[in-house]
Amino acid sequence: MVDGNGAAEVANGAVGPLYDAAPIIEVQDLSISYDGKTALQDVTLDIYRHEIFGIIGPANSGKTSFLRALNRMEAFNLGMEVRGSVSINGKNINDWQNEYALRSRIGVVFPLPVGLPLTVYENVAFSPRLRGIRKRAQLDEVVERCLTRAALWDEVKGRLDSLGSLLSGGQQQRLTIARALSQEPELLLLDEFSIAIDPVTTMRIEDVLKELCGELTIVLVTNLVQQARRLADRTAFFLMGELVEIGATEDLFEGKVKDERTTGYIEGRFG
Amino acid sequence: MAWYVDRAARILVFIGGISAIVFIVGIFVFVTKEGLDFVIGPLNLGEFFTSIAWRPTSNNPTYGALALIVGTASVTGFAMLLSVPLSLGAALFIAEFATGKTRETLKILVEMLAAIPSVVWGFVGMSIMNPLIIQIFDVPVGLTVLNAGLILGLMAAPIMTTIAEDALKAVPDTYREAAEALGATRWEVIVKVVIPASKNGLLAAVLLGVGRGFGETMAVLMASGHAINLPTSPFDSVRALTATIAAELGDTVQGGNHYGSLFALGILLFVVTFVINLTADIVVRGIRKK
Repeated sequence: MVDGNGAAEVANGAVGPLYDAAPIIEVQDLSISYDGKTALQDVTLDIYRHEIFGIIGPANSGKTSFLRALNRMEAFNLGMEVRGSVSINGKNINDWQNEYALRSRIGVVFPLPVGLPLTVYENVAFSPRLRGIRKRAQLDEVVERCLTRAALWDEVKGRLDSLGSLLSGGQQQRLTIARALSQEPELLLLDEFSIAIDPVTTMRIEDVLKELCGELTIVLVTNLVQQARRLADRTAFFLMGELVEIGATEDLFEGKVKDERTTGYIEGRFG
Repeated sequence: MAWYVDRAARILVFIGGISAIVFIVGIFVFVTKEGLDFVIGPLNLGEFFTSIAWRPTSNNPTYGALALIVGTASVTGFAMLLSVPLSLGAALFIAEFATGKTRETLKILVEMLAAIPSVVWGFVGMSIMNPLIIQIFDVPVGLTVLNAGLILGLMAAPIMTTIAEDALKAVPDTYREAAEALGATRWEVIVKVVIPASKNGLLAAVLLGVGRGFGETMAVLMASGHAINLPTSPFDSVRALTATIAAELGDTVQGGNHYGSLFALGILLFVVTFVINLTADIVVRGIRKK
């Protein structure tokens, strides 16, 4: 088991200068259960600014629950109980009276693309409008910028007024990424975003993510070990609700592990 | 063996499906046949739509249905004014805010409300609302547009609530989750995502309520005062198309002019209902295409 200090050591030792001293997310003893059944047990870790933090692990290991706890989406699951503390920018997320304001600063991309039943344009303009941006020119600018950054603009610029749900699966997923970016988030949470899209689109999105981490922090949950290898600066391995190991991605993939199970999973001996 | 079962099932299901068409056509043919002779014969259409003199049993009979049309329209309109916001609110609460036991209990109660016979509602209108209205508003008669509208509104509300709630529940939770993840509040999610996504179903619910109001007979007969009158305020008594047919048909001679005139009202009701449904269909298709 690795604790928060271990993570900091890895961060400072391996890729130190990349990170600000203070982590953007500090997770302390986080446990999550559904109707009394434990999904995640005593997870403590830090996530640093401008890194891509990968989380790998087989199904039911608590990866998605972890993400949901970060923006307090537990309100959505009856019976989901969260203990321990999560701080973002040093402030405990439960101290936010208004969880909507908290969520508006965190972009989320779900496993299956969810085009809201609105036009392409309105999908991306949704969050800016919530923030009170009303001027058409300003919205136009945000929509174009976010769609461009999500590598979708060229494909949809002629059909901004058609329904978002009519786009192909891969396009819809990039639309949800554009939508997440329109929040101008500090933090982008991706939950197995490539599960429903083809490899070519996946690679395009991965390129986008690599560019983005200069501006924001990305937490990437993935069931594709190689995706974590390609993208993540550091990777955590969750197994059946336990944080087995956390380390620089390179180290984990080169076999420099503290727990044999990590290598076992990475090499596909179980999963 | 499976092949026979399949065959038999197909035929049975086909009969079930086709029977709806058969009955609709049958009713249409029957109503038209009974009323058509009168409509193309003695009936003066100008008088029918512009006069309020409904005197089919007079020595010099006149068949002005305007008061009946306005009566039905005013009572239905008043009922919708009450029941549309009430049922949409109830549906929103049940579908979006209530959880667990509250939700289940409410759903059951609403469905039970829908099962109350209309004569019971009429009874409520006559013996409870009537004196209440007289007392509260200090008017001479309590069997009025207000009374019938309230009763009808309460009657239409459960079915509208149930249909609207189904429509709201049909909106996938992933939409709500995605919108909330974007920082939208519950209310913003409802207004900007859930309602637009379910507007077909909501419209269907409202139109079903309108149809219910239009077609309701017994409660309206009992609560509206059943007086031929062009209402100028909610405190006037009126008479509805349906109530007129129900109250008078038993006293007519089959094939006579009075009999035919009631079937003319029936044709009118049929046409209006048809137009409402057709409009709904066109609107819904229009929304769907976009």
